[in-house]
Amino acid sequence: MEIIKKKTNIDFVGSMKLNFALSIITIIISVASVIWHGGLNYGIDFAGGTLVQVKFQQATTTEKLRQTLDAIKLGNSVIQQFSPQEFVIRTPESANDLKGLSAHIEETLNNSYGKGSFEVRRVEVVGPKVGKDLTQKAILAVVFSWVAMLLYIAWRFEFRYGVGGIVALIHDVIICIGALSLFNKEFSLTIVAALLTIIGYSINDTIVVCDRIRENVRKSGKKDLGEVINASINETLSRTILSSLTVFIVVVVLFFLGGEVIHDFAFILLVGVFVGTYSSIFIATPIVLVWERISPSKMRRR
Amino acid sequence: MAAAICLVAIFYLLPSLTDNLPSFWKEHLTKEKIHLGLDLQGGTHLVLEVDTDKAVESTLERTTNNLKETLMENKIRFRNLERKKGNIVVEMQEGAPGSALENIIKEHFPDLEIANSETTAGKETATLRFKIKRVAEIKKLAVEQSLETIRNRIDQFGVSEPEIIPEGIDRIIVQLPGVKDTARAKNLIGKTAMLEFKLVDEEHSLDEALKGNIPEGDTIVYGSNQDRETGRRNSVPYLLKNKTLLTGESLESAQVKISDRFGESYVSIKFNQQGAADFERITAENVKKRMAIILDGTVHSAPVIQERIAGGQAQITGSFTIDEAKDLAIVLRAGALPAPVNILEERTVGPSLGQDSIDKGVWSTIIGALLVIVFMAVYYNLSGVAADGALLLNIIILLGALAAFRATLTIPGIAGIVLTIGMAVDANVLIFERIREELRGGKTVRAAVEAGYSRAFATVLDSHVTTLIAALFLFQFGTGPVKGFAVTLSIGIVVSLFTAFYVTRIIFDYFIWNKKIQKLSI
Repeated sequence: MEIIKKKTNIDFVGSMKLNFALSIITIIISVASVIWHGGLNYGIDFAGGTLVQVKFQQATTTEKLRQTLDAIKLGNSVIQQFSPQEFVIRTPESANDLKGLSAHIEETLNNSYGKGSFEVRRVEVVGPKVGKDLTQKAILAVVFSWVAMLLYIAWRFEFRYGVGGIVALIHDVIICIGALSLFNKEFSLTIVAALLTIIGYSINDTIVVCDRIRENVRKSGKKDLGEVINASINETLSRTILSSLTVFIVVVVLFFLGGEVIHDFAFILLVGVFVGTYSSIFIATPIVLVWERISPSKMRRR
Repeated sequence: MAAAICLVAIFYLLPSLTDNLPSFWKEHLTKEKIHLGLDLQGGTHLVLEVDTDKAVESTLERTTNNLKETLMENKIRFRNLERKKGNIVVEMQEGAPGSALENIIKEHFPDLEIANSETTAGKETATLRFKIKRVAEIKKLAVEQSLETIRNRIDQFGVSEPEIIPEGIDRIIVQLPGVKDTARAKNLIGKTAMLEFKLVDEEHSLDEALKGNIPEGDTIVYGSNQDRETGRRNSVPYLLKNKTLLTGESLESAQVKISDRFGESYVSIKFNQQGAADFERITAENVKKRMAIILDGTVHSAPVIQERIAGGQAQITGSFTIDEAKDLAIVLRAGALPAPVNILEERTVGPSLGQDSIDKGVWSTIIGALLVIVFMAVYYNLSGVAADGALLLNIIILLGALAAFRATLTIPGIAGIVLTIGMAVDANVLIFERIREELRGGKTVRAAVEAGYSRAFATVLDSHVTTLIAALFLFQFGTGPVKGFAVTLSIGIVVSLFTAFYVTRIIFDYFIWNKKIQKLSI
């Protein structure tokens, strides 16, 4: 079975301007969304705070839960409902005493719903110090990995490919964050893990295309680079679509079956797989082309 | 060789799959299951911070008292000596020899240095402080001691496989798998447990002191009393002599006992040899006076000393539940924390959520693998089946490696396994697409396979290396669960290089060279 039987000849390079425009629009939408929402929806990993996940034996409502929490002045907490019986309570405070806010929350719930009528499934408390720490680490991780990718590709291919690659990466991360913001998903550590995975995966794609370009350039030194790039992309199209497909299948499974913790993670990966593939074809390579038109590559003269 | 590696992997994997291993296996070969993270088995993860500044403060406080005594013993007069934050300020008497203080310090207090010395109107005022090296030492010691103490307490609490690890200069990570009563565990860990014995000052008036005229050498400490009838707790002030006669360091052991009278729990303590001797002397000197037992700065009780107590045994009573008494005995046995401990981060997962996550994880992996397997078989026909075989091998080796390296499997880690499935086939996709191309180009089966593998190698290597780089950063900068993801992804990718190239190649070669097929089912 083959998805792409005949040799395709889509003019990818020709639609360069259109693609750039599309990307810029998407990026603007992403940034706008973040600004409109007033920043990202920082989870307690970064902003600090307390999270309590409770499962009641009987179904109850968000309102009733909020009323109960009002008693200890936590009525403003974010309450998320997973199922008629399961809720997640999030508040930016974390008490200073050793007992902790979670114990207070438990007490109030005990009083309101009765002892033993619920089960605390998960508690997470992040003090402000640790929150700051984690934020720093996360930003460093993303930035360093960008730089590392740039260097690696520049080393294996040429600097211009590295630049193309890293621009594609930055483009991917911005759009993924934008998707997060649009759907108001929480920005937590697992999301950062997803972003880093996408960085690793997206560059994967870029490398496959660049590798083919490199091979073809060596074979046909005199041809116009634009043509070479087009041919290369067309040649690798089958493989690109296929590998994205296999990863896509797997991530969809995670999205539906993985459970609450993995759900948002899988969401970002889904967006990332699409955008990553798109950026490898439509962002990275055009940059190489533009660069070439400005300063021809040394590689061709070998 | 492939078979060998596969067998080794299965070796390591078996304990996780079955519980009934033949006994000889358990004794001679590995018997460790895959180590589950806290988010899968349930438990608590705490990040503690030792307040090292307070440790320096209290050491300075002790030194201040010692200095006072030493100066008095050596008949060096001073007008005032007190600790102000991180310094000791000494106001010398008029006409007192200037170097006397220096000499005392050089001889008896080598850790102190004179930061500042002013002479106004003939009176010398010196500011002393710890040398920087000493400060660093105290801080380091405080963390080490806290680590030890917390470890002792947790050992006695009875948690299986706890982990207590220092982090950075003043943090401690505590992991308690399977802990059900998190509040109690936190209480146990965080309690400073400073036990002190001081005499009650019955000569001076408590009321006067409460108004603000505290006699010299005294201090007011509060205790809490529970009214037996109403059950309410109120705060009761005591006027005590400042000097601490005995501390928890003199204890040899502490045990929970139940009193015959009311069936109440109490803690019976036994002093060590020196402590017993001191205790005997103190009780002999102060018969009919009251001695206050102070725990963490709160008066616990202040019984009357009826007689000289030899044998170094005493009781700490006062409306405990049996759990409270047990915990008190634990902290007294393990010793006091040299400095207060703050909880910076806590992550607790209940066991039911953990089990849920395991179930979901297993399902995701199975279904994900199935879908990919079917897809590969349909798209690449028999070659796809070969790739599927490699994939299954990949998973087995991956899990075996996790068990062998005692790596921790977390929820994101399971996601890493599922992701590996998707990415491992990528290598095969690359190779197969290449082979198809070569075949289309007119090469023979042998040549096409040869070309496919060799051309694809560089590409696959590059792309896997970059994913590894990303995983490396994740590992460096991530916390527990995220680290688990980085680990499974990394191992998975490395193994997939092996399975994609080596294993499928063997299968191809077998068919091409041994079976000499002319057409490739791809």
